[in-house]
Amino acid sequence: MNLTGFISLSLGAILIENVIFSQFLGICPFMGVSKKMDSAVGMGIAVTFVLVLSSIVCWVVNRFLLVPLNIEYMQTVAFILVIASLVQFVELFLQKNIPSLYQSLGIYLPLITTNCAVLGIAIANIDRGYGLGSSIAYGLTSGIGFLLAIVLFASVREQMEVSSDFPKPFKGFPEAMLAGGLLALAFMGFSGLSVFG
Amino acid sequence: MKIKDLFLDGVIRKNPVLVQLLGMCSALAITTSLFNGLGMGLAVTIILICSNVVISLLRNFIPKKIRIAAFIVVIAAFVTIVDLLIQAFIPDLSESLGVFIPLIVVNCIILGRAEALASKNKVGVAALDGLFQGIGYTIAAVAMCIVRELLGSGTFGGGILNGGAGIRIFPEQFGATYMIMPFGGFIVMAFLIALTQWLVARNEKKTGKKADPVPDEYEEVLK
Repeated sequence: MNLTGFISLSLGAILIENVIFSQFLGICPFMGVSKKMDSAVGMGIAVTFVLVLSSIVCWVVNRFLLVPLNIEYMQTVAFILVIASLVQFVELFLQKNIPSLYQSLGIYLPLITTNCAVLGIAIANIDRGYGLGSSIAYGLTSGIGFLLAIVLFASVREQMEVSSDFPKPFKGFPEAMLAGGLLALAFMGFSGLSVFG
Repeated sequence: MKIKDLFLDGVIRKNPVLVQLLGMCSALAITTSLFNGLGMGLAVTIILICSNVVISLLRNFIPKKIRIAAFIVVIAAFVTIVDLLIQAFIPDLSESLGVFIPLIVVNCIILGRAEALASKNKVGVAALDGLFQGIGYTIAAVAMCIVRELLGSGTFGGGILNGGAGIRIFPEQFGATYMIMPFGGFIVMAFLIALTQWLVARNEKKTGKKADPVPDEYEEVLK
């Protein structure tokens, strides 16, 4: 893949079709782990890491296992198993090597398994017929898009903790959802932006 | 456990989307026409019932340590079956829901029910719980669809009624297109959850007793 292709792919994945704000993948961790900036950054990085690894592994599994055996309909089952074991691996790695990050992410880390973004991007790579290089690039840049979204959202929510004037029924989740909606509106500005023609 | 309790829990008191706040991705993403909402609700309900039944039957055979992985395999098998059935018999639905059908695998509602209820209860209870939680999800999804479709494109029942075009409530050019965009999903969901919280608070005030706290399914799953 040439540089132009990579730049247009990554701008597309980060801004134009951001995983959170335009594809609606990975809303659970986006809402659940965005109350504090530290854990939002940690979650974003963990998701990016898992996304890159799972893009590679799922592509390989699809190309060298599912396609030759002609069992592509087993895609969902195969991919979710691969992703579940990958997440287990990342968790053990963090627990052993970066305990501080492990503590701040706490219980949310295993939830990456049930993060739609990871499975969704793996399936999208196959659906769009990407090669290995493009798959890695798409996984990485989607992860960066997720990181950007969750960091922006965490900074908004930290402010809302201090001062928010919503009526009582809106306290908690709904007000966060409204803030998320406004961010999505901002990201809508990127839609229709075409990179290099 | 009474059937009535299970029903009220699934549909209102512990509604998976509006109270437990699970399964947000699909409830936000595909709820742009009544056809999508009903189709997704039906798919989720069928998968919930099947996976609840199988997991309840296997509850004494699955080792505790690897139960989450085992649940995911069971769920993924049923999702694959439903996905293939939809592709074969309702190709329109398959096209408009797209990747969100295989993504039912990672819908927290199904894993949450497997862990919190099906792995601890008899088959009958698990099946009924699957049905009622599925209905609860469908109600939330359909409510989202009706509001977003009406405000966004000015129709009701798109994809089903009136030969697929939907019944036109007001002319198309007055529709606020951003209601069927991601922005509208977030906003409508925020208002629906706020409405639910308001109703719960009002009910607490009227009856003078507190509603049961909803157990955090995230923590339940990860214990």
